Amino acid sequence: MSENIQTIKNATCTFCGCVCDDIDLTVDMDENRITKAKRACTLGRAWFAEHVIDEDRPTAMIDGKEVSFDEAVEEAAQVLTKAKFPIIYGLSDTTTEAQRQAVAIADYMHGTIDSTSSVCHGPTGMAYQGVGESTMTLGEVKNRADLVIFWGCNPAEAHPRLFTRYAVTTKGMFVPKGKKDRTIVLVDVRKTASSPVANINIRVKPGKDFEMIWALRALIKGKKIDPSIEEVTGVSLEALQDLSERMKNCNYGVVFFGMGLTMARGRHFNVGALFSLATDLNEHTHFVVRPARGHGNVTGIDQVITWSTGYPFGVNFNLGYPRFNPGEFTTVDTLCSGAADAAMFIASDPASNFPKAAIEQMKRIPVISLDPKQTITSSLAHVAFTTSVYGINTTGTVYRMDDVPIPLKPAFDSPFPSDEEILTAIKNRVFELTIAKRGASDTREKMQVA
Amino acid sequence: MTSTTRIVNGKVYDPANNIDGEIRDICIKDGRIVESVPDDARRIDAQGMVIMPGGVDIHCHIAGPKVNAGRKLMPEDHKLDPHPETAFTRSGSGGVVPSTFATGYRYATLGYTTAMEAAVPPLSARHTLEELDDTPVIDKGFYVLLGNNIFLQQLIKEGRQDEFRQAVAWWVNSANAYTAKLVNPGADELWKGKGNSNIKDIDEKNDDISPRQIIEAFVTTVNDLGFPHPVHIHCNNLGHSGNYKTTLETMRTAGDKRLHVAHIQFHSYGGEAGKNPTSKAAEIIEYVNQHPNITCDIGQVMFGKATIMTADAPLAYVLRGFTKNKWINADTECESGCGILPFTYQEHVYTHTMQWAIGLEMFLLSEDPWRVILSTDHPNGGSFMNYPKLIRLLMDNSFRKEEMGLVNQKAIAKTALNDLDREYTLNEIAIITRAGPARALGLKNKGHLGTDADADITIYDEMENKEMMFNAPRYVIKSGQEIIADHEFRGDHNGKLLHITPAYDEKIEEVIQPFFENYYSIEFDNYEVDDSYLHDHEVIQTTQSQS
Repeated sequence: MSENIQTIKNATCTFCGCVCDDIDLTVDMDENRITKAKRACTLGRAWFAEHVIDEDRPTAMIDGKEVSFDEAVEEAAQVLTKAKFPIIYGLSDTTTEAQRQAVAIADYMHGTIDSTSSVCHGPTGMAYQGVGESTMTLGEVKNRADLVIFWGCNPAEAHPRLFTRYAVTTKGMFVPKGKKDRTIVLVDVRKTASSPVANINIRVKPGKDFEMIWALRALIKGKKIDPSIEEVTGVSLEALQDLSERMKNCNYGVVFFGMGLTMARGRHFNVGALFSLATDLNEHTHFVVRPARGHGNVTGIDQVITWSTGYPFGVNFNLGYPRFNPGEFTTVDTLCSGAADAAMFIASDPASNFPKAAIEQMKRIPVISLDPKQTITSSLAHVAFTTSVYGINTTGTVYRMDDVPIPLKPAFDSPFPSDEEILTAIKNRVFELTIAKRGASDTREKMQVA
Repeated sequence: MTSTTRIVNGKVYDPANNIDGEIRDICIKDGRIVESVPDDARRIDAQGMVIMPGGVDIHCHIAGPKVNAGRKLMPEDHKLDPHPETAFTRSGSGGVVPSTFATGYRYATLGYTTAMEAAVPPLSARHTLEELDDTPVIDKGFYVLLGNNIFLQQLIKEGRQDEFRQAVAWWVNSANAYTAKLVNPGADELWKGKGNSNIKDIDEKNDDISPRQIIEAFVTTVNDLGFPHPVHIHCNNLGHSGNYKTTLETMRTAGDKRLHVAHIQFHSYGGEAGKNPTSKAAEIIEYVNQHPNITCDIGQVMFGKATIMTADAPLAYVLRGFTKNKWINADTECESGCGILPFTYQEHVYTHTMQWAIGLEMFLLSEDPWRVILSTDHPNGGSFMNYPKLIRLLMDNSFRKEEMGLVNQKAIAKTALNDLDREYTLNEIAIITRAGPARALGLKNKGHLGTDADADITIYDEMENKEMMFNAPRYVIKSGQEIIADHEFRGDHNGKLLHITPAYDEKIEEVIQPFFENYYSIEFDNYEVDDSYLHDHEVIQTTQSQS
């Protein structure tokens, strides 16, 4: 261990959607390594500790051979602009500054842009479009929530500090005794590591969340429910009545939910039902709901694509303006259908977790990858960039799961460029290469006038 | 490279410099208006055209978390109104809440070059600044929501006036905002903490503080601090019948100190709460006419699609009860509430016609156009894309009477609109859309075409049909750069952020920090917005600016 130690107070952890910004980092500046991450959870400690600079890795490669940054940018821009249906995907683990550049590239090249939302909380976005959402920032939960329900999510393993920093044990303005002032309910299909934290554990039959939510809606509206609901959902009428009364009679109720709802049978119907339930409850008390988002800035990419195009994910610019169609423009679909003829993957490793047919298509088409490390995706890439790591080597902005934007405080420099730098360079080149194609036919003439 | 332009032969409307339709040259050098330029300067022949300063929108909702929530809520609206790219400009989606790029370009296509986002919680300032940076062409700023800030209310309750003043200055600074905004002051706690209720009266105390105390404290402090634009208030009881009394009391609370009353149309209703509204346009506008310390924007309702988006969450919930439509509620810790829902104003509905008529009455009864400014509270009263039609309603009495024939006659009969034959002149339009809002904002380089003004200029073909005329300027020049020529985009421009940096004593951070650490969910260190979010920006001076 060297003498050259620095500490960074209140640094931001981008591992999960909690985006805790109270981490004190101890950094060995000679070794470019974070040696301690005070207040971070196990996931956060691993995130900070694992990032070491691999100086031997080239900044840019084409077909596995080292090339200059400029050559790689040129090749990436050529690949993207020559393709008929180029796609951009990933983006949930990078800054909004980089995400904005990615959307610009998609716009200029008439391509498709999509984020990892399409394979996690995409259905949440669709439910939102259908029925709206009553929601809050995490500080409201900390200060006010006396009924906290976790539905189809497992924060103990996925968002450990959701319990301690924001929603359960933390003390707040109107819940000064923390957990003692709150009732915690967990709804899941099985026992999980989160179960012990709950005062009430409800075991719902797999695939029957929608039915359970709908029964709660009916009870809250004062309708009668037949006791046979237990055969359908696995939850007794008494348990449903008890929960519905608690929901109606709390001061400030909240439901956090996860992929147990969005990626189970029913998807956006499940989430739409849950959003509607929360809305209904506002006739009785104040009630809110929030998806427990996974990646550090997956909330940011939803925001950025929405403000740029009007739609949250799965957006296509083939016609020179944005169109939204999940199932058509979402990445699994554009790959499996064979439509995508070039792809740029940013801060994501779809080759490690996509369906086989999608991965087969990735192998057939030119792929550009931006990742700090070698991944399965970067290994099959035609153009591969090694990047610095957001929040560890670069500044920028990330949006916490509750849409609160939080700045990053880098710990040490990286010899590798940031996603933002690479994407800005590609964008500028794509802009040049596509001028003739964009806008009216007399474009060039007009350019000279201006 | 020096760029110079001379615009010749156009009819100039520049009310701030007492120029009312004279033919004269306008010279531009390096983004500013100058006395003269060399003979070889580029020339624009504006024969048969009207030249005005670029439009200034003093109150709209165009960027930040609630706007983006509203955008995301309405794919069906975007789908009907795509905004295609041009060779120079980005694509986007239109509809009532357009994407950021479409918002900037569409303001430009109306000849507007400055717009102020009217309601941002400090916690979301970064988000708003990121969106504003993606909103092209126009210069922009935002008002920061402080009227339901729990910590500031504590300082008021405890009579800690000096600390309150320092804290207000600190908060505006930390967000990089343009002024302090109050929305339904004092009501958030009832909404979030007491079963979704709302405040009914300006003197009603909740947790030992009344809206009037909050309003008084802010009006006094912001005047002392010398903000270029005063407190910008969305009064209590918005939309409720009988609310004109609250509005009058709010204005009286300001005494002779400056106050801007936002979307005043929504606050000028007679009648009993819970029943149909009547018009109190005359009473409210009479007060405004008599009190030069008050400025207001109308918040005109236009028939068709709108989106309610407001920090006044209880109001949005009341409306949701009518429409049963999809609805968003979004609570921001310690700072604000928010409600959003799609809404349609319909001609046959009594209340909607009444709202439409009240707005028009107020415009037509206004005696000082400098202080009664055009707005639709976009998108609450309708999109800003309605401005040309609204201008025609004001300038063309026969058109107005035709339109009045198409709406709910029972409501119209209860207003004074039938007796009002006033027609706005082009000069008056230039005041309510440019010179007036610029003056109310304290923007000395905007809203006029005198020497040293920002070269934000709109050139319209002069037409009989004023809706057509204001819908499609032939040229739009932003900071000296030709953005639109012959009705087509010829360039792009990023626009700058307008903000203030009022002076404060840094010791106030020690007062705020303990509260922050107990009740916020982010760290105090990470709250203040740093300069990397400002991009191209201009600090507008307060009378007591930070050095």
